[in-house]
Amino acid sequence: MQTTPHATARSAAERGPLTDAEVVRLRADFPALAQEVSGEPLAYLDSGATAQRPTAVLDAERAFLETTNSAVHRGAHTLAALATEAFEEARETVARFIGAQADEVVWTANATDAINLVAYGMANATHGRGGEAARRLALRPGDEIVVTEAEHHANLVPWQELAAVTGAVLRVVAVDDDGVWTSADLAAVVGDRTRVVALAHVSNVTGLVAPVQEVVAIAHAVGAVVVLDACQSVPHRPVDVRALDVDFLAFSGHKMLGPTGIGVLWGRAELLGALPPFRTGGSMITTVTLEASEYLPAPQRFEAGTQPVSQAVALAEAVRYLERVGLDRVQEHEEALAEQLVAGLSALPGVRVVGPPAHVARSGLASFVVDGVHAHDVGQFLDARGIAVRVGHHCAQPLHRRLGVTATTRASTYLYTTTAEVERLVAGVAAVRAYFGADDPEVAR
Amino acid sequence: MSTALDSLYQQVILDHAKSRHGDGELPGAGAEHYERNPTCGDEITVRVALEPGTDRIAALRWQGAGCSISMASASVLADLAPGLTLDELDELVGAFREMMRSRGAGEPDDEVLGDAVAFHGVSKFVMRVKCGMLAWVAAEACAAELAAS
Repeated sequence: MQTTPHATARSAAERGPLTDAEVVRLRADFPALAQEVSGEPLAYLDSGATAQRPTAVLDAERAFLETTNSAVHRGAHTLAALATEAFEEARETVARFIGAQADEVVWTANATDAINLVAYGMANATHGRGGEAARRLALRPGDEIVVTEAEHHANLVPWQELAAVTGAVLRVVAVDDDGVWTSADLAAVVGDRTRVVALAHVSNVTGLVAPVQEVVAIAHAVGAVVVLDACQSVPHRPVDVRALDVDFLAFSGHKMLGPTGIGVLWGRAELLGALPPFRTGGSMITTVTLEASEYLPAPQRFEAGTQPVSQAVALAEAVRYLERVGLDRVQEHEEALAEQLVAGLSALPGVRVVGPPAHVARSGLASFVVDGVHAHDVGQFLDARGIAVRVGHHCAQPLHRRLGVTATTRASTYLYTTTAEVERLVAGVAAVRAYFGADDPEVAR
Repeated sequence: MSTALDSLYQQVILDHAKSRHGDGELPGAGAEHYERNPTCGDEITVRVALEPGTDRIAALRWQGAGCSISMASASVLADLAPGLTLDELDELVGAFREMMRSRGAGEPDDEVLGDAVAFHGVSKFVMRVKCGMLAWVAAEACAAELAAS
């Protein structure tokens, strides 16, 4: 039996950031948020790593498993047909959510998997797979792949590998002391040999929002494809792939109220049609002989083996949940929280927030350094107050090296985050340096 | 709320984290070993020098960057190691490892472990055990290298 989700179609009167009362109502949909940690109410400020899931999503997955579970795209029995229908309806729902056609949406394990699918597909194109159509995606020695210094390892390491196996050169857009780069910085790196520009839409460390429109203009002027890591944007703000005009876009289900084990690669139809598959095997073929095989068109060509069907169904439910709330309002809510975070943390002595300066838009997260206290200790101290944050390099070692730190503490928000939770975080961070004696000039190192 | 936290961050640990013993280079070291915790980026290089012609440790010094637990445990180790033979260092590391894997069970022997008993509370925080072990694993590798040479 389905519980009634509290997120309902908004009335015309509901505009702007979510109100405190609305957030309180939304939180009732998330069982994981209603618990205590360390004897305190949990303040979950780690949604940038993985988001909590509403009951509607949990119920959708369970309902599918209890009534419809079956292998998709094979078998002639009733459940197989229903499961295939649910699986493809989920694809349509997710496609509509990002302004795409369903046949441009490929299910993957997560965003990392999606980016690898593109990188290894291009490696295969370079090795002559995919015939004439794939040649536009082949790299020659000396061709260039451009990334920024702020990338998550998921959008850096696959390109390092692609460069290594093709003889292409990886070129990097440097960031400034705050971890910020501009389209002018990118324009200075992109050249005639650039074939790929891969970047995060929103940085998972700094919250910087990339100037995608300008990036696309610069990249397309030299014939490069743009691969957008949208892990921190699709869950948090309206994203329309046609408006962005990028070529590939990747995101993960578990960061947008959905399950782990499912992600999405969106690709422009003509590019997906040209890209050779990365994984091969069952369910992605038309004809197989012992010598060679022919492949299905996209998206099935990229979906070898048994697929994460219940996860896809649940992800579609997560999308519907987000649509009911309204991504524009989620974005406004989080931007207001980001402002509160940055203002509160920056005002504390010995605390430095990394990322864009206050007047530049950032998404709903803040990473910071506490002078004299390692991020791991900051996280432990906050955990004892029931506050969950991420500590470490957030899978962005080069960026942290550039910022001159081995680790930062990151607080990241979502639609269910309250202003009171941000206040608790700021109050917690305010007490950290005293606990570790870092505010004592006698022992300052 | 502070009780659990204080059991992790014993005063001894906080003191060693702030005022670090053995932090620096060690000219004439007979062995050195680098350890890194890839999940948090903490890193440490431990160097050991023996008294000439013996298997007795003259000095253990270290250089590194990391959280208070990893830095304090290196500091405590630098105090405990001098004067021990390589075998005795191995036994000390073994006793420390056993305590760190205890998940808070039992009572550590302060005759063997000295100030290192302060890390007993760390063993209850599974995510931090590796922090506490970092320097000790490096020292163990140094001892193995010296024993083999």
